[in-house]
Amino acid sequence: MKLELRDITKRFPGVIANDSVNLEVNSGEVVALLGENGAGKSTLMNILYGLYTADEGEVLIDGAPVHFDDPGDAIEAGLGMVHQHFMLVPVFDLTENVILGVEPTSAGGRLDMGEARERVAEISARYGLDVDPSAIVENLPVGVQQRVEIIKVLFREAEIIIFDEPTAVLTPQEVSEFFEIIRGLKENGKGIIFITHKLGEVLTIADRITVLRRGRVAGEADPKTTTRQELSEMMVGRPVQLVVDKGPPSPGEVVLEVTDLAVADDRGHGSVAGVSFQVRAGEIVGIAGVQGNGQTELVEAITGLRHPVSGRIRIGGADYTGASPRQIHNSGVAHIPEDRQDDGLVLDFDLVENMILDGYYDEPYSRGLSIDWDHSRDVAERLVEQFDVRTPSVDVTAGHLSGGNQQKLIVAREFARDTKLVIAAQPTRGVDVGSIEYIHSQIVEERDSGSAVLIVSSELDEVTALADRILVMCRGRIVAEADPKITTHAQLGLYMAGETAPPEVRP
Amino acid sequence: MVGLTTATAPVPVLRDPADIRRGRNIGIVYLILAAVVVFSFALGTEGNAVFRLGARPGEIDVTVPAAGLAWFTAALFAVLGVTHLVRAGLGRWTNIVLGTAMVLFAITFLGWAAAGNSFSLAGMLASTVAAATPIAFGGLSGVMCERVGVINIGIEGMLLTGAFMGAFVGSLAGPWMGVAAATLAGGLMALLLAVLAIRYRVDQIIAGVVINILALGLTSFLSSQLMVQDAARYNSPDILSRVPIPGLASIPVIGPILFNQNIFVYGLFVIVAVMTFALFKTRWGLRSRAVGEHPKAADTLGINVYRTRYRNVVTGGLIAGFGGAFFTLGTVGSFNENMTGGRGFIGLAAMIFGRWHPVGAFAAALVFGFADALQVRLAILNVNIASEFLAMIPYLVTIIVVAGLVGRSRPPAADGQPYIKE
Repeated sequence: MKLELRDITKRFPGVIANDSVNLEVNSGEVVALLGENGAGKSTLMNILYGLYTADEGEVLIDGAPVHFDDPGDAIEAGLGMVHQHFMLVPVFDLTENVILGVEPTSAGGRLDMGEARERVAEISARYGLDVDPSAIVENLPVGVQQRVEIIKVLFREAEIIIFDEPTAVLTPQEVSEFFEIIRGLKENGKGIIFITHKLGEVLTIADRITVLRRGRVAGEADPKTTTRQELSEMMVGRPVQLVVDKGPPSPGEVVLEVTDLAVADDRGHGSVAGVSFQVRAGEIVGIAGVQGNGQTELVEAITGLRHPVSGRIRIGGADYTGASPRQIHNSGVAHIPEDRQDDGLVLDFDLVENMILDGYYDEPYSRGLSIDWDHSRDVAERLVEQFDVRTPSVDVTAGHLSGGNQQKLIVAREFARDTKLVIAAQPTRGVDVGSIEYIHSQIVEERDSGSAVLIVSSELDEVTALADRILVMCRGRIVAEADPKITTHAQLGLYMAGETAPPEVRP
Repeated sequence: MVGLTTATAPVPVLRDPADIRRGRNIGIVYLILAAVVVFSFALGTEGNAVFRLGARPGEIDVTVPAAGLAWFTAALFAVLGVTHLVRAGLGRWTNIVLGTAMVLFAITFLGWAAAGNSFSLAGMLASTVAAATPIAFGGLSGVMCERVGVINIGIEGMLLTGAFMGAFVGSLAGPWMGVAAATLAGGLMALLLAVLAIRYRVDQIIAGVVINILALGLTSFLSSQLMVQDAARYNSPDILSRVPIPGLASIPVIGPILFNQNIFVYGLFVIVAVMTFALFKTRWGLRSRAVGEHPKAADTLGINVYRTRYRNVVTGGLIAGFGGAFFTLGTVGSFNENMTGGRGFIGLAAMIFGRWHPVGAFAAALVFGFADALQVRLAILNVNIASEFLAMIPYLVTIIVVAGLVGRSRPPAADGQPYIKE
């Protein structure tokens, strides 16, 4: 089977999301679609999958034009999509999720679960997916949930399978298993479109690479001959620095001291299970780990958003265990939260309002009962300028900014004050490369000015580039401490999967 | 092919501390009830209570020493209380045991009230079924809607509309036409809810309240304008009488209670059975539940979320409308203003108590119906408790149930959330 996209153009009010994009996939090959967030990858795939309609251009299968009104049409034509956010019903079992929409039934619409389970087991065996057809999906680890999604498209006899950022939620070990699955699919004659912004993965798995930038095809590349530098330049449109420029740290006194901290998640389960560590002034400590291993709860406990079950948190020598977020904030802690849209900003507020969120109640932003809007506006305009937030004015709402600029807005608000401790969770998630460089340089600058910095990131590249020391978290515990200069990604990956560090770290 | 072995073990499911706390709380409630039984019903009580299980006195009589029954109940509750405290509940049996224990508590109470007297348990169970029927229809209607993610607070109004149309059309064109009209009217009310909630994404609670107010206003107005003027013409439908099912109706005790009923009760049995099968064993059910749990996932698999929601909400309305006709065509024989008296809301409580399962909702409705029947019987027995307080029993039971003594069962994940297609 051969799938072609020809001159696809899609306009949204104010933006051209896709501008005459061409793409071709054949059976038995892996085509990578590489691009930054907002480059138009998802729009293109949603058009292909019948979720959007293209304004111009056409989709051809084996040379014949086709038109999809909804995903049902696309599925029928032999396309399958594995979404970045899994489309699984948590309370259903694996087989129920797989058959949903194409259920084998006997007379009267009665489900034929026996036949369904058999077919799922058969697919699982053929592609080496190793799953239990009767397992309830919400009890499965993320890597296995992804296999459920793959079985879903195979059950629908898809010939071309689209993977949307498939490795974002996987451990490095799960990623290599996932690549094995991809190779197996390819050997079985499936065509694969692999959407990603990770350069390393593209070079490992793709047969051909198409790079999108601002809605246009910026170029094509052959993974055998191209380099990371070349690809990243195509992606961003200018030379980029792939390493963070920073000097050696000069650690001072202990600023953050966490002792035997245990924290429960929303359902009351132990999520951080007795963690102790220190962060000193003038150093960056990175916490690496697969998402969902207690990092979120750890950060929430340190910043006062969640009460710890037990343990101590000391900031600058004083006990802040169970203190309110405001008390902690006022002690000189800057917090870049993991979810900027939910926890970092009020999207419906303008930039001025967002900029004073952390101090509106006090001088100089307010006098008595009223807020000094003129002064607030001056401050906001100055910070927007200083921190390079790209916006038409400070009067637009935060929701109108791109992800990168939203993040820079938070950085501006948090770093503008005198800080002695910076807590940054996923500081560059979903942010364009230009903004990543900027935010990284700001974080290093905070360190050099004497702040203690704690970075939490699920991107291994980010942690190794920024951190002076790495702590690896797995299942609520710190399983290893590593030196980023001498520890390989492979070794870190093993720690992330739960292997504890040997007494001495081998080079 | 390469076999993959890591990471396939399911994540261990830990027990929710809230669940443990609840198990313990129930244990404490058992111990308190045991004390209540000892001090109120056991100590100082004399004489036997005669429970009549047959239709007539002397047919099947069970004589129980009231004090002995109370001591037995107290002992059982004490054991249950300790068990719950130690094991923090009985897992999935907790609610079933709790329900049974509550029935035993009620029987003990009745034994105390009827000590030295005789009491028709058969009559009370029959009135339990009668009181439970409209509540169960309300609960089933709720299950139908909420399983696809639409909260239906308007069930009360749909029952009321059904009751009115049953009486009105029933008077003019005969009871069967009345049933048909009531069913359709409930469906129309639900269609209105569906349009508001699904198409215009009005807050579902508000849309439901609007339906209740509309139904109350409309039926009250029409009954005062039409029915009061000429009750003989507009408000005197023939009642659909009892139809004993041959064979089943002659089973002792339960036969007359369950199988000598009118078509509404039989309809209820059929709906419970069909809905249970359909929801959990058919393609329609799988798709409906998927829409209520994760509409976006259903959408990406080519399932039409809107159509599924419309269809189920309207079906829920048809069920509520049919159930509403029970008031006028099944029991009373005429329409009175606001005669549903909150049964639709209690039906929603039954749905929650019954964990969004048709059989569960039906069983929960029986518990509420029992409470309702109990207060009527106690008033007849001349128990030394003010009748106003007795009349509160069904509502008190509802509050206790909904306030979470029975635990937070998990509603469909997308319950009450409008779906916006991208």
